[in-house]
Amino acid sequence: MSGAAGSAGAGNGGGSQPVGIVLVSHSSAVATAVAELARGLAGGGDLAPVLPAGGTPDGGLGTSSELICAAAKGVDRGAGVAILVDLGSAVLTVKALLAEGDDLPESSRLVDAPFVEGAVAALVTASAGGDLDAVAAAASEAYAYRKE
Amino acid sequence: MGIDMTGTFGADFLVRWLAAVAEAVDREAEHLTELDSAIGDADHGANLTRGFAAVTETLAKEPPATPGAVLASAGRQLISTVGGASGPLYGTLLRRTGKTLGDGDRVTREQLAEALGSGVAAVAQLGGAQVGDKTMLDALVPAVQGLRESFAAARAAAEEGALATVPLRARKGRASYLGERSVGHQDPGATSSALLFAALDETALAEAGRTEGAS
Repeated sequence: MSGAAGSAGAGNGGGSQPVGIVLVSHSSAVATAVAELARGLAGGGDLAPVLPAGGTPDGGLGTSSELICAAAKGVDRGAGVAILVDLGSAVLTVKALLAEGDDLPESSRLVDAPFVEGAVAALVTASAGGDLDAVAAAASEAYAYRKE
Repeated sequence: MGIDMTGTFGADFLVRWLAAVAEAVDREAEHLTELDSAIGDADHGANLTRGFAAVTETLAKEPPATPGAVLASAGRQLISTVGGASGPLYGTLLRRTGKTLGDGDRVTREQLAEALGSGVAAVAQLGGAQVGDKTMLDALVPAVQGLRESFAAARAAAEEGALATVPLRARKGRASYLGERSVGHQDPGATSSALLFAALDETALAEAGRTEGAS
């Protein structure tokens, strides 16, 4: 969280596996597009795994614990999973799942960050080898970027 | 075996309660959705109907042995099937209540009130809300207080609490975006919470009838 942690490699613990990222939105289209945007903006090289978990399994708007858990398992490489959420039931569902303790991979973490900017920051940091703390910090720091 | 001579309840009583809740939310689904369309996203009735239907189905298929396990199972089902904020909120309420009850075979009303108190505290923590924010807590908190006295008192307190949300301004969830425009509408979450305690009272009354009939 310190200013010195600004470089992309901050927090790289030397582990070879990247942190995974899950993007939870009420809308499948939003989650998928933000994942695509983050991949596009994160640039070349090997990217850390990122998966969308948007909407309900039947394609409606809402939050699905089933899709969240599946995405988290899909990106888990053993280095932790950063979960970014949009609002309302997405926040509450992830919090409730973390409290439950056995449906999400161990060392999954709800990251307090703006959804779009946080996703980009998280993916860049995770792809550069940042550990879960560094990924979470980078995503949260996106709140500090003022637009006017 | 619902209520025995000493006034304790077994797992079967909790299963009947949740079945009664499923019936009540199904019956009131249209009303809940109507309230939710005024200040929310008009899915409360459908979401709870789907959630509690899944709860009763699972309980019928794999009936847990203890009251605590019944509520923990119901909580898990709600979190995984509802799809809206009411899923993790009601899911957390029941799961935490079940956890607090532990693995005893039978519980008293007082123990249930105590455990529900911990469940309500977990809901408040999860949603970051407090009484007066125009949420389900406005019904749940007085209901748990009432339950220390009787099932009927819990029901009355919950219904009163739900009605008392009408003049409140929403401070949590989607309704809070409406600011002053949320005033004048009854909160859908407080309304469904009152259904839970109405169903609990009805289940207890039916149970007392069964016991008398049997003795």
